Amino acid sequence: MSTSLASDLAAAAPELFLAGSAIVLLMIGVFQGDGASRSIMRLSVSALVVALLLVIFPLAGDGLYFNQLFIKDAYGSFMKLLVLIGAPLTILMGWRFIERERMDRLELPVLLLFATLGMLLMISANDLISLYVGLELQSLSLYVAAAIRRDSLRASEAGLKYFLLGALSSGMLLYGLSMVYGFAGTTGFTDLAAAFAQGAAAGEAVSVGLIVGLVFVAAGIAFKISAVPFHMWTPDVYEGAPTAITAFFAVAPKLAAMALFVRVLMGPFGELAGQWQQIVVFISIASMALGAFAAIAQSNIKRLMAYSSIGNVGYALVGLSAGTEEGIRGVIIFMTIYLAMTLGTFACILAMRINERSVEAIDDLRGLSKTHPLMAAALAIFMFSLAGIPPLAGFFGKFYVFLAAVDAGLYTLAVIGVLTSVVGAYYYLRIVKLMYFDEPAEVLDKPIGREVGVVMGLSAGAILLFFLVPGVVVDGAEAAAYALFAG
Amino acid sequence: MIVQALAFYLFAAIVVASAVMVIASRNPVHSVLFLILAFFNAAGLFVLLGAEFLAMILVVVYVGAVAVLFLFVVMMLDVNIAELRQGFLQYLPVGGLIGLILLVELGMVVGAWAISPEAGASARLPIPPPDQITNTEALGLVLYDDYVYLFQIAGLILLVAMIGAIVLTLRQREGVRRQSIARQVARPRSEAIEVKDVTSGSGV
Repeated sequence: MSTSLASDLAAAAPELFLAGSAIVLLMIGVFQGDGASRSIMRLSVSALVVALLLVIFPLAGDGLYFNQLFIKDAYGSFMKLLVLIGAPLTILMGWRFIERERMDRLELPVLLLFATLGMLLMISANDLISLYVGLELQSLSLYVAAAIRRDSLRASEAGLKYFLLGALSSGMLLYGLSMVYGFAGTTGFTDLAAAFAQGAAAGEAVSVGLIVGLVFVAAGIAFKISAVPFHMWTPDVYEGAPTAITAFFAVAPKLAAMALFVRVLMGPFGELAGQWQQIVVFISIASMALGAFAAIAQSNIKRLMAYSSIGNVGYALVGLSAGTEEGIRGVIIFMTIYLAMTLGTFACILAMRINERSVEAIDDLRGLSKTHPLMAAALAIFMFSLAGIPPLAGFFGKFYVFLAAVDAGLYTLAVIGVLTSVVGAYYYLRIVKLMYFDEPAEVLDKPIGREVGVVMGLSAGAILLFFLVPGVVVDGAEAAAYALFAG
Repeated sequence: MIVQALAFYLFAAIVVASAVMVIASRNPVHSVLFLILAFFNAAGLFVLLGAEFLAMILVVVYVGAVAVLFLFVVMMLDVNIAELRQGFLQYLPVGGLIGLILLVELGMVVGAWAISPEAGASARLPIPPPDQITNTEALGLVLYDDYVYLFQIAGLILLVAMIGAIVLTLRQREGVRRQSIARQVARPRSEAIEVKDVTSGSGV
């Protein structure tokens, strides 16, 4: 247990660096004006890369810091790694879109930097209060980012909806946290886990108030990962927000919220697994089913991706409901692969433009293989992978979570998961059919910028070649899951 | 002892009286002023209890910021008090019920102390004990030593809230004439005045 300030600061070096650079960039922006927004974007991306390096080469060892409010462990480092890969790539590939839509305000990269900082704090939370403040920093920045195009009715509506429902979920979360604190008498994750273990050893029944608190906490975080029945905001926000911002929403915050959900349920509430398992199983089944069936009727590709992300959250929760080290490993692998698939798909959506205007209808992809063979091939890879067809990476993501569910005896859950994934394959494959077997209606413009192409190529390569070297991700995920259980 | 008791009754009587005046006075500006009076006397009560930090915060935050904000709102919005009072009788039962519930809850809290005196002792005492350290110092130790991490993040959240409010509402309108005092002062006489030779009988 380290107490000295120097080691505290060293442990939180990536977070401190991000906070400092966000403030410095804001000052640069104040003096340079909106014209400097591109260089501020570049600087904030480099700040994220430096933070990534600080996560890879840490300045302090694993442990609890800041009076046990902050935890640094292999699990947190792995999830931070994913967030810090996803966030700068989404900013980079989306920037040309943002400039073209004339929303390149200098505050936008700074806000996204703060949002990423919030995500890192969420992942490192070791206390109910640090959980809440991290979550709030992230959400608040994203509410503003969603509504940054003030003149667009749809974007403002999306921002407002996101804000209202987010505030509601924060309220529920806070209520749950206060119940837990009231009945357990502490907010620290370490103390909570110790108290529950003691109670279980003494054979005491878990008090009802604590379970009510746990349910509210689970509901609050389920809002953030948009699991059914708390998913209502997702399709509207994904559709209404500018595509570049939607891409950001779909990648890093999902990862961070999922990381937080896993840490909260496995860490302090690990002893109460019997209580939360039913909740997670239910929201997992509901998310998978809704994600599969509601997406069939969509004609807008951003809405489709929203339902697809709801379904994918359901699959990730299959691993969590197993509640075993193997299950958590499955969740981490699944989220890593989800990162690559979502990044690639959104790179394709960003490249969908006709006559200098962005289009979002699925029908606009008709005959893409004849006009843009490379982009069509990349999108086909992402769709096959999302559908879970071997040997692409998406198959392995689902394989590991279902394997964990079967090993934990949750056969029904695994069977439902496989069935919904078959239903989901229908709409993923429909896009492939449109691209390869239909006649082109209108020709898409040449993709803008190298960044989009590079992201597309990188993620397609990662998904294609995953089965050759799965060890890189699987070993990392295994170490991360082990750290979560050892602590 | 007697001085303290006298001070307590003085402050308490003024708090209650001014609280009644807040809802009874016809002029909303007077209501806000009575509210400020109530705040000041409540601060006095806190000082009597030995909670000087709370007393100062009450004056700084509630009187300095909140009450002045109220005053601005009341003065800027033309509140018609007669209109507001129309539904008074209609809302009285609900309001009375809420008041009753609050009263019962208060009774239960005090009742619990009276019934089991040891309950008060088991509540967490401030560490270190209050007679060794002033409460401002004790709060500072908790806030800036134990919870400095949370304090800093809370600051960042407020910063983001400020950026967000500015980003979403500030508009640079076009065609607005701004006053530039430097330019006005620097204007030479030749630019400002033009002498015209006007022949009588015709206009300019």
